[in-house]
Amino acid sequence: MGLKILTEHINVPGIDTLETYRKMGGYRSVEKALKTMTPEEVVEEVKKSGLRGRGGAGFPTGLKWSFLAKPEGKPRYLVCNADESEPGTFKDRVLMEKIPHALIEGMITSSYALGARTSYIYIRGELMFVLRILEKAIAECYAAGLLGENILGSGYSLDLHVHPGGGAYICGEETALLESLEGKRGNPRNKPPFPAVWGLYGCPTVVNNVESIASVPWIVNNTGDEYAKIGVGRSTGTKLISASGHINNPGVYEIELGLPVEEFLFSDEYCGGIWKGRKFKAIVAGGSSVPILTGELFLKTAEGTPRVMTYESLSEGGFVSGTMLGSGGFIVMDDTTCIVRNTWNFSRFYHHESCGQCSPCREGTGWMEKILHRLEHGHGNMHDIDLLVNVSKQIEGNTICPLGDAAAWPVASAVRHFRDEFEWHVKHPEKATAPGAVYSGAEDLAFA
Amino acid sequence: MAKITFDGIEVEVPDGTTILNAARKIGGKVVPPAMCYYTPLKGSGGKCRVCLVKVTQGSAKDPRPMPKLVASCVTPVQDGMVVENTLSPQVLEARKGVVEMLLINHPLDCPVCDQAGECDLQNLSYEHGTSGTRYEEERRTFDRQDIGPLIQLHMNRCILCYRCVYTADQITDKRVHGVLGRGDAAEIGTYIENVIDNDFSGNVIDVCPVGALTDKTFRFKNRVWFTKPVDAHRDCPKCSGKVVLWNRGSDVLRVTARKNEYGEVVEFICNECRFEKKEMSDWTIEGPRHIARASVISANHYELPVVNPQIIADLPESTTKELHLIPRPI
Repeated sequence: MGLKILTEHINVPGIDTLETYRKMGGYRSVEKALKTMTPEEVVEEVKKSGLRGRGGAGFPTGLKWSFLAKPEGKPRYLVCNADESEPGTFKDRVLMEKIPHALIEGMITSSYALGARTSYIYIRGELMFVLRILEKAIAECYAAGLLGENILGSGYSLDLHVHPGGGAYICGEETALLESLEGKRGNPRNKPPFPAVWGLYGCPTVVNNVESIASVPWIVNNTGDEYAKIGVGRSTGTKLISASGHINNPGVYEIELGLPVEEFLFSDEYCGGIWKGRKFKAIVAGGSSVPILTGELFLKTAEGTPRVMTYESLSEGGFVSGTMLGSGGFIVMDDTTCIVRNTWNFSRFYHHESCGQCSPCREGTGWMEKILHRLEHGHGNMHDIDLLVNVSKQIEGNTICPLGDAAAWPVASAVRHFRDEFEWHVKHPEKATAPGAVYSGAEDLAFA
Repeated sequence: MAKITFDGIEVEVPDGTTILNAARKIGGKVVPPAMCYYTPLKGSGGKCRVCLVKVTQGSAKDPRPMPKLVASCVTPVQDGMVVENTLSPQVLEARKGVVEMLLINHPLDCPVCDQAGECDLQNLSYEHGTSGTRYEEERRTFDRQDIGPLIQLHMNRCILCYRCVYTADQITDKRVHGVLGRGDAAEIGTYIENVIDNDFSGNVIDVCPVGALTDKTFRFKNRVWFTKPVDAHRDCPKCSGKVVLWNRGSDVLRVTARKNEYGEVVEFICNECRFEKKEMSDWTIEGPRHIARASVISANHYELPVVNPQIIADLPESTTKELHLIPRPI
């Protein structure tokens, strides 16, 4: 068993109440930070820890905090991004649902470090029941003097609000989230200016993922240097992985970064191998936005080095033969999965969730979905496959926010790694559209 | 002040100026096109992505290039920045891609569209588009919407530049006009088919770069290249009263605000001037409107007043002596 930082007490009965949570050592970091440390010291600890943003981009959290502008006479805000909507990612939900106080403790400590007097948790609209759990926990904290005026007699005051979104994926993009929080249409903003300078209500703002914020208390309690010892190289600490798909034990796992992928995928402690004894065909390693990989390329890089679960190792090989750790949405596919259908399904999601603000994404996501729909239903042509790649290239990098890239990468990588399967759909439409039919290798293409 | 190099040309502009405005200071062929950016409207820009440029050097202090192409209309300049527009094949390729995206769901009904001849999208696709299309799918369509007796909304033609939304937001009092839906189902709407009832509502027609919002008093009356634009003004208690009249013979077919060379309205005008004053007697005529040579409207368009050359003064005195006695044609 690896070290558990976030989920150590997840199975303790009543851990969602303040009483049990404090019994388990909760809110020590608030006392330590507010009474013995300056805000700068907390930021310094987080910087030393090497904690990287757990929302997907992997930007160092301490560095992000140190960019926060501190102009006179303007309030600063901390906003927690709990709008977890990436297909395949469901770690924040589990964390908030089971141990709401872990997030709240992190919010108090982090807000103190950033000098925020009002902080927000922007939660996904579909998670209304989690919102109620959080609100109950926040009420407990107010009653216990952990929130509100003069927290624990330290002179520091903080108000914490939970705000539900309307259920739009795009509102998980930090600037769209801020727009939505301000009560406007959730359209991403043009950057620069970045939220650290011009964020919520035009004030300096830090937006962090739930898991990043929930990691802060441990860092404050045990120092950043201790945290940096966990993990490998620049990937420090532990990470929650949402494992789903064709595996024996789907679920949320906390792993120490640097765990070999083979161990994570096949050991009974974690995923437990591919279900029903089938073959490992493909994987989406970090949520639907990251490039899809074949099983072989995922276990070993193109050079033959075995991969480990770190930001660096998974992205080795770039977009040609690598992928990304992203937000940790680990979707495993066995050999009965039709990649064309899967790609179409992802594409349909991005088409539906594009905000429609900038033209390449608005028009391109719909175009890709329609081409993939045609291919999947046996009406495609050979040139459609190249067209698909070309359209994805026209979207990638030309949009306001990363949703365009997120829509383009899965498509481009699926064609790159599974081109023969796309060709099979074009050449043998009657076979490919038969119920349950799956491409099973080059022989299919040659003789059928 | 910041000094930047745009397409190899150096230009000095105040800090905080956008790359696009720096390029406009140079002028001419190097200026990136813009479909959504509109100087008089706060917050506009960054959406259509046709003004993408490549920043090959971020600034004098930090000479690293920017990783992605940037929208020049919203990216501020830094001292020592080096920007490539027409010099960069990558930019031209990306722009071609964006133009294709703008056109895939556009109905291409220019032959029956009132905007034809003065349409930014038409000009853009002539310059950066391809002659054919790779789009085989059915185009997205919307029902035509009526938003009051004066303005027609044709959502099919819209490119969602948000200019009209900002106009309705910023120069009129009530917020009745916005974007509904998302993705390629997003549409301009006045929840639901409300009349835009406001003295300055007509300006949404002028800011629209395509034929999505058109003037109902001019719809199907004439092709814009058959009309003769003249500058005119009147004393208006609500607005500046400075307009362009689009005439056919002595009939005023349409009244619009004056636009600069980038298609941006100089001074917004009120609905009374735009929709109600359609007689020549309502206006003081200033002279012909300058139309760029590249525009189709400039065909058969003579701007300079015809001045008789001074031949008479050069003639010998004997020949001019009794000139005034000769009867003149009226």
